[in-house]
Amino acid sequence: MAAAAHHDDHAHHGPPKGIVRWLTTTNHKDIGTLYLVFSLLMFFVGGGLAFMIRAELFQPGLQLLNPVVFNEMTTMHALIMIFGAVMPATVGLANWMIPMQIGAADMALPRMNLFSFWLLVAGSLLLLSTFLMPGGAPAGGWTMYPPLVLQTGESFPFAIFAIHLMGASSIMGAINVIVTIVNMRAPGMTLLKMPLFTWSWLITAYLLIAVMPVFAGAVTMLLTDRFFDTSFFTASGGGDPVLFQHLFWFFGHPEVYIMILPAFGIVSEVIPTFSRKPIFGYEAMVYAIASIAFLSFIVWAHHMFVVGMPLAGQMFFMLATMLIAVPTGVKIFNWTATMWRGSLTFEPPMLFALAFLFLFTIGGFSGLMLAIVPADFQYHDTYFVVAHFHYVLVPGSVFALMAAVYYWLPKWTGHMYDMRLAKAHFWLSAVFVNVLFFPQHFLGLAGMPRRIPDYAAQFADWNMVSSIGAFGFGLSQLLFVWVIVKCVRGGERATAGVWDWPHGLEWTVPSPAPYHTFEKAPEIH
Amino acid sequence: MSDSPRGNRGLAARLVLMAAGSFAFGFALVPLYDVFCEVTGVGNRAALSEAREATDLVPDAARTVTVEFTATVPAGGWLLEPEAPTLEVHPGQLYEARFRARSLSGRETTGQAVPSISPVRAAQYFVKTECFCFTPQKFAANEERELAVRFVVDKGLPTNIDRLTLSYAFYDVDRAGKS
Repeated sequence: MAAAAHHDDHAHHGPPKGIVRWLTTTNHKDIGTLYLVFSLLMFFVGGGLAFMIRAELFQPGLQLLNPVVFNEMTTMHALIMIFGAVMPATVGLANWMIPMQIGAADMALPRMNLFSFWLLVAGSLLLLSTFLMPGGAPAGGWTMYPPLVLQTGESFPFAIFAIHLMGASSIMGAINVIVTIVNMRAPGMTLLKMPLFTWSWLITAYLLIAVMPVFAGAVTMLLTDRFFDTSFFTASGGGDPVLFQHLFWFFGHPEVYIMILPAFGIVSEVIPTFSRKPIFGYEAMVYAIASIAFLSFIVWAHHMFVVGMPLAGQMFFMLATMLIAVPTGVKIFNWTATMWRGSLTFEPPMLFALAFLFLFTIGGFSGLMLAIVPADFQYHDTYFVVAHFHYVLVPGSVFALMAAVYYWLPKWTGHMYDMRLAKAHFWLSAVFVNVLFFPQHFLGLAGMPRRIPDYAAQFADWNMVSSIGAFGFGLSQLLFVWVIVKCVRGGERATAGVWDWPHGLEWTVPSPAPYHTFEKAPEIH
Repeated sequence: MSDSPRGNRGLAARLVLMAAGSFAFGFALVPLYDVFCEVTGVGNRAALSEAREATDLVPDAARTVTVEFTATVPAGGWLLEPEAPTLEVHPGQLYEARFRARSLSGRETTGQAVPSISPVRAAQYFVKTECFCFTPQKFAANEERELAVRFVVDKGLPTNIDRLTLSYAFYDVDRAGKS
């Protein structure tokens, strides 16, 4: 994507040349590109850690990693994938697409935009540097439960500070998105005319501002508990370790919606385009996102049923959690209804969106199973949970992100990409992701605990299948990179509309999108 | 729909304030959690850590409940164990249980016991009139002594509970908060 911008140097005041452009840019498209490239890089770093996890689990016994290093792998895999890959990728898309979707010239706060990207880089590098520290990287799980996490070695304060930096970065990104959407819409672009991707990000941004600081506070308490003799979570000083779990999941549950709502927005753009029909029930889609966001604040304790809580609490959190299935069901229904009697074609973005629809729903159903308190007692901390959240995150969020890249890539680069290779990438990913994660349901139901480097022999077969799926899925992503690189370097010229049934302002500007768009607000009908 | 920089700055400032508010809210949750626990009785912290009057001391001889005792010293430094692992009690009658404690460090130390009752629902019916867990316990170097707790199991204890566990975790007060 980087080279793409060279084509539009003829714009009346183009960017500076070379590396300086990328270090100093405040252009929303450049920053979007930086975010996307960086998140792809982190996707491979996090994927590399997953590769090592699955290699160790390929067969029972300890082969490659000692248990502490294994725990570092699981912890860092989660932190990097969440804070370094998925969230920055959605922010990158927001930077690129939101101004173009609402007819704004740029993001509202371009310098803060620049700052938040470089904070993310600093935070990620700091997090990665913990691998080199005495005592190793954090190994207590990404949920960082005390008192275990307090046993982290020298890297403990660095990991916390890295989280502070990445959290501050995403809060700034969120503020920028809200100000842009609220203040910069072209005249006539009323809230209920906004594309659903923009809508999903507006709500995501509010979630980020509401919960990210709570998380920052909770990890700060961990820091003071360890170094400044406070006792927020230490029982000996009158604290309560369970309090941390409440604080963490008060952040953690909205956090999973922060990763999925933009994916909902993407799918709501892609499915209408390739069904050649407007989205079914636009307003219902908006209200569904808003209700999911609201419900995300009152279900956190379903992550911690086993710590013990009164029956009334268990009932409340169980039923509130199940309630989320209602707005989510509305969305699934509306996407399906959009396709009903549509004129469907199956270009790569549509393939990924359809796989999302199908596989995310599987993840949703296993989520419903986990919501049932007595069942959760059985499934808690097993591979069933691992299967569940990977189904909603990988064929959920990540597939939607890939759909977005394949959807907008011609707009970014000005070239059509290699459809055959992209479809090959889709089919390889779709098959291997199921080989990878579906057997983990069986492992979990059979009782295999998560976060262990070794396991009983009875789990051997499905673990081997899962590992083969992991290697296949990981290697398939190299094809993704190749399709992108090839598309950036050249290809068939893309038209302004790119697709047969383009819908929305971003398709009214030429491809590649000029360095500056909508300096004069477009007319909205 | 003003896109003036001033309008942007004003809204951004309000959003920063909102983020600061969330940060403060995270800390406010700490005392709120205590209040919540107290009001709803979750964890029964007040019931566990303060002496309570035993009312209605008429034993219900028809009913027997087994009370189990256990003690742990997570960070070491003492040996702490109950004199008897279990006691058969009648609700409404006052009992005393003793724990043997021996300091293992060659210096003066102060320990604090943190009690808990399992199952959680039984906690409010376990009335301690006196307990070594109410105050910090001073130990001379290598001192060994007995610690006592006097308690009544309230007659309101739900009938489906016939066994409960009183557990103590014993901590070094001077090292509290250090891991």
